[in-house]
Amino acid sequence: MWRRCLLTGMLVWLAATPASAFVAYVSNEKGNTVTVIDTNSWTVTKTIKVGQRPRGIEFSRDGKFVMVAVGDDDTIQVIDTKTQEIVDTLPSGPDPELFTQDAAGKTMYVANENDNTVTVIDLEKRARLGDIQVGVEPEGMTISPDGKILINTSETTNMAHFIDTTTRQIVANVLVDSRPRFAQFKRDGSELWVSSEIGGTVSIIDPVKREVTGKITFDIPGLRNEAIQPVGIGMTKDGKTAFVALGPANRVAVVDGTTHKVLKYLLVGQRVWHMDFTPDEKYLMVTNGVSNDVSVIDVASQKVIKTIQVGELPWGITIAQP
Amino acid sequence: MFRRLIGTIALSMVATGALAADPVEIHIGYLGHVGVKSTLSLVEQPADNDGIAGARLAIEDNNTTGKFLNQRFVLDDVKVKDNDDVAKVATDLAGRNDYIITDLPADALLKVADALRDRGTVLLNAGAIDDRLREQDCRANVIHVAPTRSMLADALGQYLVWKQWKRWLLVTGSHDQDKLYADALRRAATRFGAKIVQERTFEDTGGARRTDSGVTLIQRQMPVFTQQAPAYDVLVAADESQVFANYLPYRTWDPRPVAGSAGLVPTSWDAAHDQWGAVQIQNRFVKLNMRRMTALDMQAWTAARMIGEATSRTNSGDPGKVIAFLKGKNFSIAAFKGTRLTLRDWNLQLRQPILLADGRMVVSVSPQEGFLHQVSELDTLGVDRPETKCKLQ
Repeated sequence: MWRRCLLTGMLVWLAATPASAFVAYVSNEKGNTVTVIDTNSWTVTKTIKVGQRPRGIEFSRDGKFVMVAVGDDDTIQVIDTKTQEIVDTLPSGPDPELFTQDAAGKTMYVANENDNTVTVIDLEKRARLGDIQVGVEPEGMTISPDGKILINTSETTNMAHFIDTTTRQIVANVLVDSRPRFAQFKRDGSELWVSSEIGGTVSIIDPVKREVTGKITFDIPGLRNEAIQPVGIGMTKDGKTAFVALGPANRVAVVDGTTHKVLKYLLVGQRVWHMDFTPDEKYLMVTNGVSNDVSVIDVASQKVIKTIQVGELPWGITIAQP
Repeated sequence: MFRRLIGTIALSMVATGALAADPVEIHIGYLGHVGVKSTLSLVEQPADNDGIAGARLAIEDNNTTGKFLNQRFVLDDVKVKDNDDVAKVATDLAGRNDYIITDLPADALLKVADALRDRGTVLLNAGAIDDRLREQDCRANVIHVAPTRSMLADALGQYLVWKQWKRWLLVTGSHDQDKLYADALRRAATRFGAKIVQERTFEDTGGARRTDSGVTLIQRQMPVFTQQAPAYDVLVAADESQVFANYLPYRTWDPRPVAGSAGLVPTSWDAAHDQWGAVQIQNRFVKLNMRRMTALDMQAWTAARMIGEATSRTNSGDPGKVIAFLKGKNFSIAAFKGTRLTLRDWNLQLRQPILLADGRMVVSVSPQEGFLHQVSELDTLGVDRPETKCKLQ
């Protein structure tokens, strides 16, 4: 009787679960696993074994799959979000790290660290369409909101390469500070932000003029300058607020998207790396590599509200509807 | 700041602009020396192209970047023999190249620096670790990419102290550079609170490094050599000449770890280093050179990359602009060490983390946590500004 009561209670509780529950997939670089987190209960619901050195991770546009680049296996694995099991692989080229998809979800562009190329993949046919030669150690990947320009950053060449998605030719190269890791457009296409890990800055690029128009620098009292290493960037859809992960500084900077001023620093876990918003933009989740956890930031109050233990060396994260 | 921004804007405009003209050629010389030292371990025997192989990889990397900036890098390498007039060889090389990477002993490097002083050719010292080249014998036309002995000794000292292995038995070889390394280790012990409980000298009495029955003899010699030592935590060996240190691990009278010239070795690079994106350069290096990357390879790579970094930032092959950038406060270089490397402006020494490797794995990277500094934690390694004897001229 009592048990039944409890069960009923649980059912009622489940039914009362708000519709805003999402699912987050976290790649654990050293653990060779992907951790699945339920964003309603903030608990780990599954750990999926994947290939070696999983880093870049993203939902397919239709939400049916999660793709994870397993660099040391030279491929991208495809996880079915229904069964949460690996169902396929993509021909990525050697040592894939980060990748991006076009708006239709038909074409994928992969940065291959080992041979200075970006590989183009047809997602429907799961076939390699070609390669684009870029600078030394390609890393960050993003596509302009109008779909016309693909951005790739190269870590030792220190450039953001502008690639025409139709001709697949480089049309511009913009020099930024040392070891550019991540690139992100404002949703309206007015600005491109590129983080430089070793340079310690975020460059603001005018995508039309293809020039650096400003730089965000970071200064945390009591912390040596060299420890400030910007990597992941997250921007709200309205472009008003941005978050920048500062690596071994163990902090996420909150930046005014319009004035580019740093508003505050949020203390998270050790070596904070990449991030993603819940689709309703209420929460931002960031991966903390060295402390093996994920911090949850309440976007409105700009406060860290939760820490969730995941696998070894969490690296990338992607969040969508379950 | 604003001016810097304008500069960057101008640069990115040029970068995207005309690529039709002939590329700007940047000529880099590499001056090495013949006569590879013999090592105790066969697997540590350096290749003939030790060092230059790293410079070649950097030239490839620079050329990949140069493609987008209309710059082309050319390497011109020369090796001197003991009897050669090194100043003359260097002067010839300087006639063809604006920058010269050197792997020379200290005295030869000083001769070259003084011979080229009036030409304005800048040398990048990739090979010599002598502190005096950055102190009393420092030169304004020499940038030091190789770490110093004192940086290496401090990197090891910090780790041993962090590990609470504070009682050292110091064994020093009988050659000059062994004694210099021992001096650096003594200094590290004093700075970081370790105690050298006893010192011993291992005399080099000559003899071949390779024999068919060597192990039997060594197995008897080393325990005897290390017996009756006062209580100690770690044996620290100073043997740059490679006479005895590698014989010590597993053969000491007391079961103690070995560090310094064998066992746990401080170094600027190791083939096992895989953090901070290092796997990428390790793979590129093996692909190009069909062997693994050494510390000297990395020092030469970094030197050639520093020039490439400066030519891309200044968008110029003009030596005046390039050198001004390298010596200026905006210079930094990424070299897979987890932090940016910069130059100490008082003696042009490249600040850098030091790896501690055991031949198979990187055990740790110094500076260690907790060794603080008011300017840069990297300045806890080596001779710092207040102690320097260098007057650049």
